[in-house]
Amino acid sequence: MTALELWPYVALILVGFLPNEIWRGLGLLLARGLDEDSEVVVWSRAVATAILAGVIAKLILFPNGALTNIPLFVRTAAAVCGFAAFLAIRRSAFVGVAVGEAALMLGGFVFAR
Amino acid sequence: MPAPATFSSSGAAFFGGVKSALASVFFPVIAGTYVGIGALAHDFSFPSWWLALSTVLVWAAPAQVILISALGTGSALIEAAVAVSLSGIRLLPMVVALLPLVRRKGTRLRQLLLPVHFTAVSMWVESLRLLPAVAPERRISFCNGLSTTYMATATASGFVGFYLAAGLPPLLAGALLFLTPMSFLISTARNARMLVDRVALVLGLVLGPFLASFDIGLDLMWTGVVGGTAAYAFHRWREATT
Repeated sequence: MTALELWPYVALILVGFLPNEIWRGLGLLLARGLDEDSEVVVWSRAVATAILAGVIAKLILFPNGALTNIPLFVRTAAAVCGFAAFLAIRRSAFVGVAVGEAALMLGGFVFAR
Repeated sequence: MPAPATFSSSGAAFFGGVKSALASVFFPVIAGTYVGIGALAHDFSFPSWWLALSTVLVWAAPAQVILISALGTGSALIEAAVAVSLSGIRLLPMVVALLPLVRRKGTRLRQLLLPVHFTAVSMWVESLRLLPAVAPERRISFCNGLSTTYMATATASGFVGFYLAAGLPPLLAGALLFLTPMSFLISTARNARMLVDRVALVLGLVLGPFLASFDIGLDLMWTGVVGGTAAYAFHRWREATT
């Protein structure tokens, strides 16, 4: 293998693996001696949930890749439809995801750029 | 609530995890998401084995999308590393919330290394939902079975997407990338049984894009600290007054 072929793999370790894995390592370090009912764990779960919600909203409002071709209002409306279907139909995650995806494809088809 | 599961051996617990993974919404979601990521990697001309390695090592769909888009469009490496790292901040509090569930007295550090590396939204959401019903001494095996199945599904689907890429219509490619936010939203809401988690979810949905639109940097970290702490404070205040 030449250096040029090896480069993407080096970039993967330096730019992908290490910057991401460091948070898992820190979590392992910080979780020592905590039990599941401790207040720090309840707070951590709230922080994780809030960050996750932030990631979700950003992925819908400011997407990358092929999702940028679908208009913003279609992406938002599809997420709302999927969530409403999840609440309405037996709190089924399968139903919610399927309805959200169907709404996105329908909207994307009608309002294609 | 799922019925309590008592497994006769670690092997049985591992396969219990495999079965739970195959029956969960994340099985089709991960398959679809990674078909989308495979197509993305192909479009930016990464080798298919590079993608497989990134799935095993990075193991976080949003981070992989950022990594591929950033490296593929020729962003500065440090910029790409910062973007990946910011998206990964959520893993820290997730590990902190997960470990007390899997660890017992006498659990060795090396037994925790796999569950910690496997920590990702899919595995975390399902572990928090299912582990309380699994006997404490079987939880690590159960977790590893669950996660190995998810990771194997993701890796295989990445190859499928990579080789399908040329024939994938843009609308379908967009729909596959939409699977991540759609399923994260629903599964997080499904898991949010306690008020503190629901408040954190709503605050995060509002604060995330609000802070991001101001371009202040570290917006996800602030979303978590501010939104999570406010939700926690609200929960303490409710408990104190009722």
